[in-house]
Amino acid sequence: MSATAETLYARPRAAGRPAVSPLAVSGLLWLGAAALTHGVPDRNTGITDIAYTPQLAALQAGLGGALLAAGLLGGRLGRPGAALRRAGPWFALIAVLLAAWELLTAKLAVLPLPFFAPPQGLLEVYLDDWARLGLSLWHSVKLLAWGYLIGAALGVLTGISIGWWQQASYWIHPVLRFIGPLPATAWLPVAFFAFPSSWSASVFLIALATGFPVTILTWSGIAGVNKDYYDIARTLGASERFLVLKVAVPAALPHIFVGLFMGLGASFAVLVVAEMLGVKAGLGWYLSWAQGWAAYANMYAALLVMAVMCSSLITLLFRLRDRVLSWQKELVRW
Amino acid sequence: MPAYLQLSQIGKTFTRGAATTEVLKEVSLDIAKGEYISIIGHSGCGKSTLLNIVAGLTPATTGGVILDDREVNSPGPDRAVVFQNHSLLPWLSVYDNVRLAVDKVFSGTRSRAERHAWTLHNLDLVQMGHAKDKRPAEISGGMKQRVGIARALAMEPKVLLLDEPFGALDALTRAHLQDSVMQIHASLGNTILMITHDVDEAVLLSDRIVMMTNGPSARIGEVLEVNLPRPRRRLELVANPTYLKAREAVLKFLHERHRFVEAA
Repeated sequence: MSATAETLYARPRAAGRPAVSPLAVSGLLWLGAAALTHGVPDRNTGITDIAYTPQLAALQAGLGGALLAAGLLGGRLGRPGAALRRAGPWFALIAVLLAAWELLTAKLAVLPLPFFAPPQGLLEVYLDDWARLGLSLWHSVKLLAWGYLIGAALGVLTGISIGWWQQASYWIHPVLRFIGPLPATAWLPVAFFAFPSSWSASVFLIALATGFPVTILTWSGIAGVNKDYYDIARTLGASERFLVLKVAVPAALPHIFVGLFMGLGASFAVLVVAEMLGVKAGLGWYLSWAQGWAAYANMYAALLVMAVMCSSLITLLFRLRDRVLSWQKELVRW
Repeated sequence: MPAYLQLSQIGKTFTRGAATTEVLKEVSLDIAKGEYISIIGHSGCGKSTLLNIVAGLTPATTGGVILDDREVNSPGPDRAVVFQNHSLLPWLSVYDNVRLAVDKVFSGTRSRAERHAWTLHNLDLVQMGHAKDKRPAEISGGMKQRVGIARALAMEPKVLLLDEPFGALDALTRAHLQDSVMQIHASLGNTILMITHDVDEAVLLSDRIVMMTNGPSARIGEVLEVNLPRPRRRLELVANPTYLKAREAVLKFLHERHRFVEAA
C-alpha cells in the first residue's frame, strides 16, 4: 500500500486529538459533582446546620450544563470559546476537588464542622452576607489604594532624587539604609497613637511598606541607565529636566515596575495586619471578626475574596507594565 | 578668512587619583565649510576623545574648538553626532527618535505639521520611511545607523560628527551606507568630521585624511589631501592610481611609521 506523506503526517495529529473535547468532559464532571451534592444526604453533626445544599447542586449542575454545551458546540464559539477550551482541564480539576471537599466535609464529616466549612457553607456566606463582604472589600481597596498610590508616588520621586542628585543621595541614603529594612508593621504601635485615626495610620504604614522597594528599585534603575543615552540626548541640546524626564525615567521604567510589584506585595501584608489590629473595616477586619464568632465559613469566604482581590490587582499592574514597556522584549508574563 | 570649524591646540589629560594620562597633545586643525574630513588612527589613540571634545561632551584640558566664530564648550544641536552603536533610545519608535531631535531643534520655528513632514522627509532620505513605526530592537544594525544619520541630518547641524558610524556593520551594509552618506554629502553639502579605522573608507569618502600618531600624547601625524573628483564610485576607484596612492600613503603611515605596538 502506498501511504502518502500527507496521511503519514496527518495520522499522529488525528490520534492526538481527543474524541471528546475536554470541555465536555469537565461539563460531565460538574454534573457528576452536582449529582453527588444532591444525591448523598448531608451528615449534620448538630453544631452547625448544613444549608444551601440544593443551591450548590443547582449551581454545579448549571455550570456543568453550560460547559457541556460549550464543549459540544466546539469551534462555533469563536475566540471566547478557544479561551474556554484552554481552561477545560482546569474546570475538570476544580469539579473533582470541589466534589472531594464536599464529600469530606458535608457528606462523610471526615473533616469536622465547623472548623472545616463545606462548599455550601461558603455559598451561604456569599448569598446571605454579600453586603457586608462587599463593603469590607470596598474599604480594603480604598485603604490600599490611598496607601499604595501615595507610597508609590513618593517612592518614585525619592528614587529619582537620590539617583540623580548627589546632595539628595547624601542625606536620604543613610536614612533609607537605617529605616528601610525595618518591617512597616513594626511601626504599628507607634503609628496608631501618633496618627489621628487608625485609618490614616494605616495609610501611612502601607505607603511606607510600598515606598521602600519602589525607592530602591527606582534608584537602581536611574543609576543603571546607559550613559550613552545621556550623550545622545545632550547632543540634541537636552536640558537637565529633559534628561531626567525623557531619558532617565523611561530608561529606568523596567526597574521601577519591579519595585511597584514588590511594593504591592508588601502593601497587601500591611493592609491585612492593619485591618486586623486597628482599622474597624475591610477584609482583614472581616477575617478577625469572623474568627471571633467562630464563623469559619465566613473566614474562608473572606480569604477567597482577598485572594481574588490581590491577584486581580497584581494582574492589573502587569497589564499596565506590558502596555508601558511594550518596547522591551522578553517580559515575564503574569 | 578663518576656518568654519577650528580645532586649536587641543590637549586632553585624564586624571585618576594620582595618575594622569595625556591623551591628546596640541591638536590643531582647520576645516572649511562643506569639507569631509576623516580622522584615522589605531584604537586607543584618542580620536574618539577628540570627537567628543568637538561635540562638547568632553571638555578639553587645553585649547579649544571654534565653530562658525563661536566657541564650543557644551553639547548642542549645531553639532549632530552619529554614534557607533547605542545610537537610538530603545523605548521610542524610529519615527519618535528622529522626531525627538526635530522637536528639540525646531519647536520654536516650525509648526507641528512641518516638523512631522520634516521627520518623514529625513527618514525617506536614508530609505527608512517604511520602518518608521518599528522599535530599535526590531531593526538591524545597519538600519539603526541609517536612523541615527536621519536624526543627525534632521537637526540641520553646522557640522556632522560621525564616530566610527559603520564600524559595527558587515561589509555589504557598510558599503551601502557609505554610498548613502556620499550622496547626502553631495546634495546637502554638509561639513563632516568622521572617525574611522578603515583605510578604504577614509580614502573613499574624504577630502582630507587626518592621521593620528599613537597615544599617549597623540598628535596629528600627517594630513593627506585626497584629490579624487566627485562623485566617486567605488568600483571605478579600484584601479585609480590616485586612489591607490592615497591608500598606500595611509597604510604606510599606520603600519610602518606608527605601528601599533601594544597588543590590541
